Amino acid sequence: MGQIRTLRKRTCEYEAVEALVLVFASTNPSCDTLPLKKRRSSDDHFPNLFDALSDELLFLILDRLDSSPFDKKSFSVVCRSFYAAESRHRRLLRPLRSDLVPSVLSRYPSISHLDLSLCPRVSDGVLASIAAAAAGPSLLSINLSSSRSFSHSGLGALAAICVSLVEINLSNMIDLNDASAAAIGRARNLEKLWMARCKLVTDMGIGCIAVGCRKLRLLCLKWCLGLTDLGLGLMAVKCREVRNLDLSFTMVTKKCLPAILQLPYLEELSLVGCPGVDDEGLTSLKQGCKSLEVLNMSNCQHVSDVGLSSIVNDAVSLRQLILAYYSPVTHSLTSSLLKLSNLEKVKFDGCRITASGLLALGNSCISLKELSLSKCSGVTDEGLSSVLMKHKGLTKLDITCCRKITDISIASIANSCSSLTSLKMESCNLVSKHAFCMIGERCHLLEELDLTDNDLDNQGLKAISNCHRLYILKIGLCLNVNDEGVIQIGKSCPLLEELDLYRSVGITDTGIMAIACGCPLLQMINLAYCTEITDIALRSLSKCSKLNTLELRGCFQVSNYGLAGVALGCREIIKLDIKKCYHITDAGMVSLARLCYHLRQINLSYSSVTEVGLLALASISCLQSMTILHLSGLTPSGLAAALLASGGLTKVKLHMSFKSLIPKFLIQHLESRGCMLQWRDKPFQAEVDANEIWKQQSQDLVATGGF
Amino acid sequence: MDLKQKGVAEISSSLPHILDETSESLNGDLLFPQFNSLHYGLKSSSSEIGHEAQNQDQSAPSSFFDSQILSWDPRAMLNKLSFLEHKVHQVQDIVHSIANNDGRFSIHADEVAAQQQLVTADLTCIIIQLISTAGTLLPAMKNSIISANPELERSRVAATSPGTAFSDEKMVAPSETMKASDFDELINGLSGCGTAGDELIECLKNVGSGVVETAPLEDHDLKDADDGDLLPGSYEVLQLEKEEILAPHTHFCMICGKGFKRDANLRMHMRGHGDEYKTPAALAKPTKESNSEPTPIRRYSCPFIGCKRNKAHKKFLPLKTILCVKNHYKRSHCDKRYTCSRCNGKKFSVLADLKTHEKHCGRDKWLCSCGTTFSRKDKLFGHITLFQGHSPALPADESKVLGASEEKVTVGDMVCNLGGGSFGDGIQLDAKGIDDDRGFFSLMNFDSYNFGSLDDFPRPAFDVSEGSFCLSSGSSSFMTRNDANSSSHRPG
Repeated sequence: MGQIRTLRKRTCEYEAVEALVLVFASTNPSCDTLPLKKRRSSDDHFPNLFDALSDELLFLILDRLDSSPFDKKSFSVVCRSFYAAESRHRRLLRPLRSDLVPSVLSRYPSISHLDLSLCPRVSDGVLASIAAAAAGPSLLSINLSSSRSFSHSGLGALAAICVSLVEINLSNMIDLNDASAAAIGRARNLEKLWMARCKLVTDMGIGCIAVGCRKLRLLCLKWCLGLTDLGLGLMAVKCREVRNLDLSFTMVTKKCLPAILQLPYLEELSLVGCPGVDDEGLTSLKQGCKSLEVLNMSNCQHVSDVGLSSIVNDAVSLRQLILAYYSPVTHSLTSSLLKLSNLEKVKFDGCRITASGLLALGNSCISLKELSLSKCSGVTDEGLSSVLMKHKGLTKLDITCCRKITDISIASIANSCSSLTSLKMESCNLVSKHAFCMIGERCHLLEELDLTDNDLDNQGLKAISNCHRLYILKIGLCLNVNDEGVIQIGKSCPLLEELDLYRSVGITDTGIMAIACGCPLLQMINLAYCTEITDIALRSLSKCSKLNTLELRGCFQVSNYGLAGVALGCREIIKLDIKKCYHITDAGMVSLARLCYHLRQINLSYSSVTEVGLLALASISCLQSMTILHLSGLTPSGLAAALLASGGLTKVKLHMSFKSLIPKFLIQHLESRGCMLQWRDKPFQAEVDANEIWKQQSQDLVATGGF
Repeated sequence: MDLKQKGVAEISSSLPHILDETSESLNGDLLFPQFNSLHYGLKSSSSEIGHEAQNQDQSAPSSFFDSQILSWDPRAMLNKLSFLEHKVHQVQDIVHSIANNDGRFSIHADEVAAQQQLVTADLTCIIIQLISTAGTLLPAMKNSIISANPELERSRVAATSPGTAFSDEKMVAPSETMKASDFDELINGLSGCGTAGDELIECLKNVGSGVVETAPLEDHDLKDADDGDLLPGSYEVLQLEKEEILAPHTHFCMICGKGFKRDANLRMHMRGHGDEYKTPAALAKPTKESNSEPTPIRRYSCPFIGCKRNKAHKKFLPLKTILCVKNHYKRSHCDKRYTCSRCNGKKFSVLADLKTHEKHCGRDKWLCSCGTTFSRKDKLFGHITLFQGHSPALPADESKVLGASEEKVTVGDMVCNLGGGSFGDGIQLDAKGIDDDRGFFSLMNFDSYNFGSLDDFPRPAFDVSEGSFCLSSGSSSFMTRNDANSSSHRPG
């Protein structure tokens, strides 16, 4: 977190440069990426002063402009030399359309990282053109996760020409076969390879990779169900450099575990949900892995204390242990952790934990920094207090849904863990409103606080506003909070980036205005079902220029006017949810389309938008995901036109009734373009005051003792 | 001679990596000591093997030698030598018959071919036996237990040997008459056959490859021949002669001489020879009468001396049935006549084995980038784990894989040829030596030949000798197999 802070400070220092750049950008009448030739010829009489600046100087400036994508764009349109400098300076490219890749690559010759994860379709031709481009041989990393429709020939060309390729991400390539894996095996210098969900790859494929890519350091084989012990064993024998290995949800069994644990540099091992890993296999291990630092054995149903202690015994340098959804956490297990002097982080999410187990954790000599007991049953005041008394250096604590703990636990948190930076305690129903005052008074260093669904009131929120470093605050479903508390937060938490006010019905425009004024760094705000919110609040939010996620679901009072204000002020909006904002019409979409180029995801269900609005949205090239259920004014032909026009769409949720009304060939065309059409058959929900129902339910819950 | 040698040397120098590979694939640790021991043995025994008659004379005093001086067992040596002699006589007889038939032109061509094959097989057998005999002479590598405890071992051998059906007189009786002229004739007969030399090489190749190929088979045999419950002596041991074993028919009609595989078929046949054979008594199973008394447990011995299935072997493992004997003898001591027409690589001496193989041939779908195919995935992965740079090959790129496999086959052939070639030369040289002086088979010749070639072609000659390593190691491992361990036999 501190790093981000300093980065931000640095960018502030260079704001002056940025401003200068922006001024020049605005003098350019058209926002074309290429400076107009006419202007250049007229400039010839007056030599451009910027030409005198050396590349080194320009690069130094460009180094500081990494925070926002706009800045570099503005920089490059200042003049020809700036444009050239920016072209030579850029290292990372994340194109939206794969068909633009060849031309873009010719502009940026020194690209080393290519992220194609936003391109749903990457053909073999594109890969070949990448390989053939000037940047090809110097390309270091390429991300093809969530791209489809390329085959082994494209990968082969990539591996053959891009000799310096160090990272390849092939996750989600569910049709990637052994031939493609063999092609990857020819990339000799590969160090990092992600192949999550490549279910068709078999031992033969991974064998080719293991033999070819001897320098592999990171290998993610999550969900590679085609692999067996033979391939994994061979990998462990051949790739001796592996540091980071993810074998989650694979069929790995005890047969190849010894070979894997003998990898001399193995630091991080994930064995989440491996049904083949059992106690018998683990106890038969001759030696554990001494270099292991992070072990994730969540969801391994056949592993108990016995197996775990045998793998953990030798892992002297273990720092993190993640055992979510594990068999009961007992005394013997927690006491086997005592030998691990370097242990910093333990996660027991979703486990059944015994009282003695918690006590043993409390009696250990190690000093944990992070502890997660989220959704653990069996966490009591006594157990948790004993743990907290011992681990005073705790910085992160997650006690989400520990429904048995009361004010006693919270008091011990407040008393012992003064260095806490992150506390998550969603749905701790037995904790009273007075407890939150203690947290606010003692834990001043808190940066992240999740109090969703708690008995928090304005007094508590005022106390919490003492945590000036707070940047994530979640107080959704806290029905007793209103403007009074939120205004206090807005006054004293200037670093706030994320605010969740889901169903906080007490919040009105006044509260949001205070937040918008006091938290200029706000990036995400959730106002779903805050029914009192109107356009005034939205106009005020336009001050938060960094806002990228806005949820207005069920805020039925907002209209196009408010949305236009947001669009004008928050140009970086990426996600927008305006479901059930009945007053928002096509005019709102037009303003969005004109101003928010970065919009990627939008939910328009139940709004009054028609095909005109959808066609307007089609001009946003970034738009990838759209949910358009129950738009009363939408006609099938209009929908078809809109879908055809939005070329970048990858996911559209539609109502089932349209399926028969849209031509088949169009659906096929969209799917071949990489767009996934999800047909939903939800009935139209009549206007109900859901908040009232929710309130009633939660009161019933409290009355019955939290269960 | 030199010219030929040169040619071989050139081939070998052009293919040094092949030789490297072969020497790598064969167990390098075993290779050198055995080769050295071979030479050592040859030198020390030169006088004995050279002259059979002399050898017979020497065998008597040798038993009086001090056990400390003699590290090898003279009696076993005697057995082996007499077997050699026996073999040589056989070959001689066959060659004689060929020579006689040549004049008459009444014999079918395939019959002659069969006889030639028999000759080459026997010669191979002789060579192998010769090498193994020589190898036993080295105290360091053979039978350390015997050298440590010679008295005990000798007494043990003495105790077991009189009981054997392979009587001493039979082994000793015809041996004295072996003369140099006989050998001359034999060699002449061989060269008269023209292609005999090539066939010999073929045979040697088969032997060499057979050693490698039957390795897994042996394990199988060992599993099957679990006769641990039978104490030695609690059963009757029968030993069939080689001819009996190799005969296609075991039941012959006493009247017309027609052969049958089954006794029942013979009995059916006999009906045609007269009414007296049609009675129910004549047609009934002859064994029925003897059923009344409990038949003694019967086990079989392989006639091949030095084989573990031979009763003279100190760790004798008997064979259960006659069928076992047949299959064992064919698999272990005969050349592999049946070649798989599909893969053109695998050879078998038992037809049933070929048929079994043909069922699976071509199903080797697990390929390595080196062209080797495997029928099982785990075997392929074991192979890849072992060898640097080998990787799994996908069946998709068919052409590439096919090319690689062809290359591999030729490589194997060349190695075999090299090995066989050098050996064949050695034999021909000996034939020359026979002409020059009567000290043929005095292994000084062998030595000088080798050293000479080493001097002439310093580097390539080494490669040649490496090529012959491969062969000699093949045969010596064959030898150790015979002595130390199991033999092939598959019941049923």
